[in-house]
Amino acid sequence: MLAPLSDYLILSALLFTIGIFGFLYRKNPLIMFMSIELMLNAANLTFVAFGRYLGQVSGQVMVFFILTIAAAEVVVGLAIIVAIFRARASIDVDEIHLLRD
Amino acid sequence: MGLIIFGILAVVAVAGAMGMVFARNAVYSALCLVVTFLCIALLYLSLSADFLAVVQVIVYAGAIMVLFLFVITLLNPSRAETPDRLRGQGWVAGILALVLLAEIGAAVASGLLRALPSPTPPAVSWSINNAQVVGAALYSQFLFPFEVVSLLLLVAIIGATVLAKRRL
Repeated sequence: MLAPLSDYLILSALLFTIGIFGFLYRKNPLIMFMSIELMLNAANLTFVAFGRYLGQVSGQVMVFFILTIAAAEVVVGLAIIVAIFRARASIDVDEIHLLRD
Repeated sequence: MGLIIFGILAVVAVAGAMGMVFARNAVYSALCLVVTFLCIALLYLSLSADFLAVVQVIVYAGAIMVLFLFVITLLNPSRAETPDRLRGQGWVAGILALVLLAEIGAAVASGLLRALPSPTPPAVSWSINNAQVVGAALYSQFLFPFEVVSLLLLVAIIGATVLAKRRL
């Protein structure tokens, strides 16, 4: 017994929207990164649901690629955050406007 | 039965995501996000993607979130957030997110998706040999993207090492 496809899509849309809200609302770059991870997960859920309903395994393979790219993105992003913290002793995104001044 | 389980998992996942956005402490945010990731792993199980569920727990709830917690404790950003530089940032963010949700909801509710088929029963091998089926697709049909992704990982490793060094 499987929930209908539209339920999965609506849940995925909700998670994606919460992720985008968190990205726009918070100013701690770590939480902004977590919001991006949440959005990627919502997209993954859509891929798996469509793959299941269309009987295709390629949906699951796509999730593998998204997962790898998410890992690479997190590693580089966190390294940049640590580097900024070392240089400025603050990671509030509002205070990072070196290029503007 | 499946609907009830889906409902519980969906509610917990959305609650975890909301907790991630609104928690004051970054560590609580990370832990709430772990809850959401575990719920998504269980949803994968309900979609008969067993191998992916395990990978989700190991990579997302394990590796990536440990990395996040490590950086949070390293930087210790316990200071309260500064007042908004943009006036009414929260309202704008909320309105934009609601507009996006309405758009996606309209797309889901439109006739485009209603024509979708009911779930095709997966081949028996799907749920029994899920890892085998996925691996076969990964190493035959998707071999080139697989190699490209390995190159991407190499670049990410080198980039992170270079960025993390104090002096080049």
